[in-house]
Amino acid sequence: MFVGENKSMKNTLIDNFIWKGIKMKKYSVAVYWARCFTVFCGLLLSFSAVNVYAQTSLRGTVSVDGSSTVFPISEAVAEEFLAVHPRVRVTVGVSGTGGGFKKFLAGEVDINDASRPIKDQERQLAEQKGIDFLELSVAFDGLSVVVNKDNDWVDSLTVTELKKIWQPGSTVQLWSDVRGHWPNKEIDLYGPGTDSGTFDYFTDTINGKSGRSRPDYTASEDDNALVRGVSGDVNALGYFGFAYYSANKDTLKIVPIDNGQGPVTPSAQTINNGSYAPLSRPLYIYVRSAALGRSEAKAFVQFYLENAAQLAEEVGYIAMPDKLYQQALERINSVSQRTVDISVN
Amino acid sequence: MTRRAINNQAGMGASNPLNLQPGAQWADCLSRRHRKAAVFSRVCFAVTWMAAALLGLLFYQVSSDGLRWLDWQFLSSFPSRFPERAGIKSAVVGTLYLIGLVIVIAIPIGVGAGLYLQEFATKNRLSRLVELNIANLAGVPSIVYGIIGLAIFVRGFGLERSLISGALTMSLLIMPMIIVVSREAIKTVPLSTRHAALALGATRWQTTWSHVLPTAFPGILTGIILALSRAIGETAPLIMIGALTYVAFLPEGPMDSFTALPIQIYNWVSRPQEEFHQLAAGAIIVLLGLLLLMNATAIFIRYRAETRL
Repeated sequence: MFVGENKSMKNTLIDNFIWKGIKMKKYSVAVYWARCFTVFCGLLLSFSAVNVYAQTSLRGTVSVDGSSTVFPISEAVAEEFLAVHPRVRVTVGVSGTGGGFKKFLAGEVDINDASRPIKDQERQLAEQKGIDFLELSVAFDGLSVVVNKDNDWVDSLTVTELKKIWQPGSTVQLWSDVRGHWPNKEIDLYGPGTDSGTFDYFTDTINGKSGRSRPDYTASEDDNALVRGVSGDVNALGYFGFAYYSANKDTLKIVPIDNGQGPVTPSAQTINNGSYAPLSRPLYIYVRSAALGRSEAKAFVQFYLENAAQLAEEVGYIAMPDKLYQQALERINSVSQRTVDISVN
Repeated sequence: MTRRAINNQAGMGASNPLNLQPGAQWADCLSRRHRKAAVFSRVCFAVTWMAAALLGLLFYQVSSDGLRWLDWQFLSSFPSRFPERAGIKSAVVGTLYLIGLVIVIAIPIGVGAGLYLQEFATKNRLSRLVELNIANLAGVPSIVYGIIGLAIFVRGFGLERSLISGALTMSLLIMPMIIVVSREAIKTVPLSTRHAALALGATRWQTTWSHVLPTAFPGILTGIILALSRAIGETAPLIMIGALTYVAFLPEGPMDSFTALPIQIYNWVSRPQEEFHQLAAGAIIVLLGLLLLMNATAIFIRYRAETRL
């Protein structure tokens, strides 16, 4: 039947051409079949080429939003990821940790950058909406307590002293209120504003509850303003992320923190091995489990974890121990396996 | 020249014996007034130059920081974590797209509304209420428009975090300004022009379209440019509706996500490294350049329009 159909087709084709007066070389059935075969092979080849191409070069969109602290890491990862997968559109926004969670829980973004763990009320909202997510820590940030370069009396602070200075209702007004032999000079405090994840983390670890702080200090959401404030004021004491200290080492003096085991200066090493405690905090990305079902999003998260250690250090943060990245990668693989199963069923 | 003229007058008023003034008291009074006028004109002079000097200072500071980063590579690269590789391609293109869409959306509606309110609307309580509210809207802080944009365009209409959401929000932001300025410009068209046109048998629409609008056009254009200049520099509403910070592709249509120059600047300024602050200064120069270009175009068009009349 197949052959017959083709024969009749051949006849009509050739007849048509002769009828239109075009000079055609009459070719045999064998040549006709050979040509058909060539076209078929060509089609097959191009299809398989498209398939291979689709596998090596992912397409699609991955949307990231959230904390401005984590942004430099996500930006760096996106930049490198695009070098490998140029056809995936990765976008990174800055809405703050809280603002990012709002979008994340509305299902508008795949990944939320967070400089603090998810809050209980956000977790409840996620449960209500049936959004399943993964919390992955990607790097460490060491909150740095700094004083002015010309401050020659502070050599270290204990956690208790920090609490005495920063707790709500604190009576510390002079440096001598902190330690008796320090000068009778007024202490000028600088710190991040209440919207910042840094503020949440510092008040949580030092004052015992997130958001509890004395209110009479110079607050700014702009860490560079804090850097300028502290570097221009001999009596200043301030705190902010480690990256802002390491970019301004020549105008600031870092204060080693004593947590009962002697004063420890924050550095890549002391933050990484956990000896700079309690002021080193993990930075997170929150990934919607459903998004891991999409190959481009999964590839991005894997890429993130494989390269976060190096890229985080390049932008001023501290890598976590390798073991933690490996564990995170395993978690992703198990979750995405599950999501794929669910979507197949 | 004016100041000298005033001084001369003051001198004359004080000394000219031919003045038909009743006594020295009047001359005294006059010279005091001239003195006041001289002081006032000097204050105005100082204030004007202070504004110019502030702009000059800003420009000096920005260019001393950012000028050396300004090259073709800076204009034609996407953002990067390496300052020497970073660029503002996506931000510039995003801003241009945004302004283009805002022009298409806001100008016809804004000028049309101004025209209607000034030329066609009957003056009753409703139209007065509308006028009052438009004047009030011109003073609403921009972040509020961002919240409206997020609620209506991004979530309500489901346009998501796209160029069109940004453009619609920005259009809302500058529409009141365009309406108010258009009305003022149309108000200055002399009534005799309308009467002449109507007397020659033109319809009301013909009068408006061929006489009122062209005469008012230079004034309207000034307002439009001021409004667009505001739109080009706004950050808050764009951040609110979710314009992005890192975008390494160019928008291909109005539904694509985007970033804009003010957002890129804001992001770079808040980075810890000094090089990024300088990059921000470079981007500010580009933004200022775009603004100047827009203003220059507007002045050119206005000049053409004025000479044609």
